[in-house]
Amino acid sequence: MKNTLRQIFHSPKFMTGFVIFVVILLTLFFYPLFNPGNPLEMIGVGTFAKPGTYVSLYDALNTSRETLRLSDADDNRLAKQLKAEDRVAMLEWFNAMGIAVDFDISDTDALLKLWDDNYDPATKPKGMTMAKRNYYKRLNNALLQLKAADEIVLADVNAETKALEETGKVNKTDYVNVGQVANVKLLPLGTDNFGRDVLKELVSATGTSIIIGLIAGAVATIIGLTFGLLAGYLGGIADDLIMFITNVFTVIPGFVLLILISYSIGQDQRGASVVALVIGLTSWTWTARSVRSQVISLRNRDHVNLSKLSGHSLFRIIMTDILPYIASYVVMAFILQVSSGILSEAQLSLLGLGPKTTEVPTLGLMMNWAMLYSAHTNGSWWAYFPVILTITLISFSLNLMNTGLDQVFNPTLRD
Amino acid sequence: MKNEAFKDRPLCLSGKGVTKVFGYGNKANTAVDHVDFEFHEGELVSIVGESGSGKTTLSKMLLGLLSVTEGEIFFQGKPRDISNRKKKKEYWQGIQAIFQDPFSSFNVFNKIDTVLLDCINMRGGKHLPKEKKIEMMTEACSFVNLKFAELTNKYPFELSGGQMQRLMIARIFLLKPKILLADEPTSMIDACSRATILDMLLQLRDEIGMTIIFITHDIGLAYYISDSVYIMEHGKFVESGSADDVILNPKAAYTKRLISDVPKIHEPWDLSTVG
Ligand SMILES: Nc1ncnc2c1ncn2[C@@H]1O[C@H](COP(=O)(O)OP(=O)(O)OP(=O)(O)O)[C@@H](O)[C@H]1O
Ligand SMILES: [Mg+2]
Repeated sequence: MKNTLRQIFHSPKFMTGFVIFVVILLTLFFYPLFNPGNPLEMIGVGTFAKPGTYVSLYDALNTSRETLRLSDADDNRLAKQLKAEDRVAMLEWFNAMGIAVDFDISDTDALLKLWDDNYDPATKPKGMTMAKRNYYKRLNNALLQLKAADEIVLADVNAETKALEETGKVNKTDYVNVGQVANVKLLPLGTDNFGRDVLKELVSATGTSIIIGLIAGAVATIIGLTFGLLAGYLGGIADDLIMFITNVFTVIPGFVLLILISYSIGQDQRGASVVALVIGLTSWTWTARSVRSQVISLRNRDHVNLSKLSGHSLFRIIMTDILPYIASYVVMAFILQVSSGILSEAQLSLLGLGPKTTEVPTLGLMMNWAMLYSAHTNGSWWAYFPVILTITLISFSLNLMNTGLDQVFNPTLRD
Repeated sequence: MKNEAFKDRPLCLSGKGVTKVFGYGNKANTAVDHVDFEFHEGELVSIVGESGSGKTTLSKMLLGLLSVTEGEIFFQGKPRDISNRKKKKEYWQGIQAIFQDPFSSFNVFNKIDTVLLDCINMRGGKHLPKEKKIEMMTEACSFVNLKFAELTNKYPFELSGGQMQRLMIARIFLLKPKILLADEPTSMIDACSRATILDMLLQLRDEIGMTIIFITHDIGLAYYISDSVYIMEHGKFVESGSADDVILNPKAAYTKRLISDVPKIHEPWDLSTVG
């Protein structure tokens, strides 16, 4: 027994999977301590804010300033303002005008110089739409403004005269220390379609999904194990009856059954635990089948016969002479059931038949939201890619543990 | 033909037309085919047959571990009734077994003590004080030349095959059944331990006067230890009687073949007939 445990923890596959899984669990535990609060709180008003550090503009203005004269500040400013699509548009304009561009468009200096030398709002390149021409005008104005103004004037309405009064200025050389700004928000994975912090949501969803997987796995394993043990050990009519039920459940594809049950329960009744239960109730058949075949090969073994001859009860024989022999197998089946439970939840939720959307996020629901709000077509990768990665990582680690266990318990599989 | 020496003793276990068919339809396999037998108290009976002749199947039916397809088994002259668990438990007070493979006879997850304690419990010793139980286990172990103090808290896989089979005999020593069914108890262990174990079995028989049904494929061994011999071929008894009658004076061709297959030490082996 001790030896087996040692073998398990020396199996590289098991350990890799185990470490990944433990890291995930630790993250689930510790992250909320650093970033507490409701994971479904809508902190952003817009949809899909990009990942990054957000600095409060208001607080920045009220933070004491330092003057820094940085030689490349202007260039950086321009370079940042000039988005990749603007650069491509400028290139298009040059092409339309028949001007050769013999440098890389990421070279801001060269690009702006060429633009200054050649752009004239009055020219109308052939075949260019009005809208496009207006776009170029706006772009040009923005660039001019960026170069011209040295400062931005801050003004406020005077309470008595109702006239605007200058209250301060922001110079190009004014800097504030980010550490001193009152409100800085790090959104490592941005926000989702409802303006919720994706990372916080992801951590909470991963926890819920793992719990759904565990409940589904436990339900499936308990039902499958009980049926398998009884069918295999009792044989005869009990076996026929149980196998009939099992076959009925096998013939109807589990996922179709899952969809039908989820649909008939209705959105309001579908809490995370109900969904987990439904998944468990539809996925026990293969556990039952494989446990049964293991038990059939065990029940004629001499140690079982000897136990019978010692007058032990059916229950005791199953618990002490059969169960320990298939325990390793049951653990492996459980791990696989957990993994497939998590995937089933994701599939169900993707179809809109998952847990109700108002209580807790799950990995499947996050995918569902991302899909509904076209995150995959508008380039908001942070709303779905981390979710896919997490699901993959969880099933990868569980399957790896399973393979590791398999190799320890069935030495013939060892490579 | 019966063994005359035992015919006046009371019947212990007997059967009429006992049959076992595995499967049904065209897959039916008759493993034991209408066998009749009479085992008397204190008799050592050998059932001899080749591999696959149905010896183990018959022994499982005798033990009540397999249902009988047809025919009836009588225990102490009366039809055997093992219809519920209570009756089965009673029956198993009277008949016990030692199996062929000591390595698969033990539950590897239970300590050795469990096996012996179960026997004490089964004989109604459940509420005995702990010291008394230990004393009984020690006695049983020393009967088979094992030291209980060295075995306690060990797991079966820490023992050798011979030690395990001796422990099985210690189990019988504690249970003191009327009938012992020994299904090739020595075929998986080395020749040296084999003699020891046979000696212990015989000694135990003398001590508690039980009937031993000894199943073997080794007709020489059967001749050496038994009072009566039943020869089994393809699920049928082809010949039976006292060991001397059957082996020194075989009638069935199958028996003759079995006897001629026994290598004789004083004759050089003819390797061309082997295999
Ligand atoms: N549980 C079973 N189901 C189906 N057939 C069985 C079963 N057990 C035994 N048999 C068949 O019954 C026949 C007799 O088998 P059995 O084990 O009784 O032989 P045996 O004389 O004990 O042989 P061995 O010397 O090899 O132990 C064989 O043909 C075997 O295939
Ligand atoms: Mg056999």
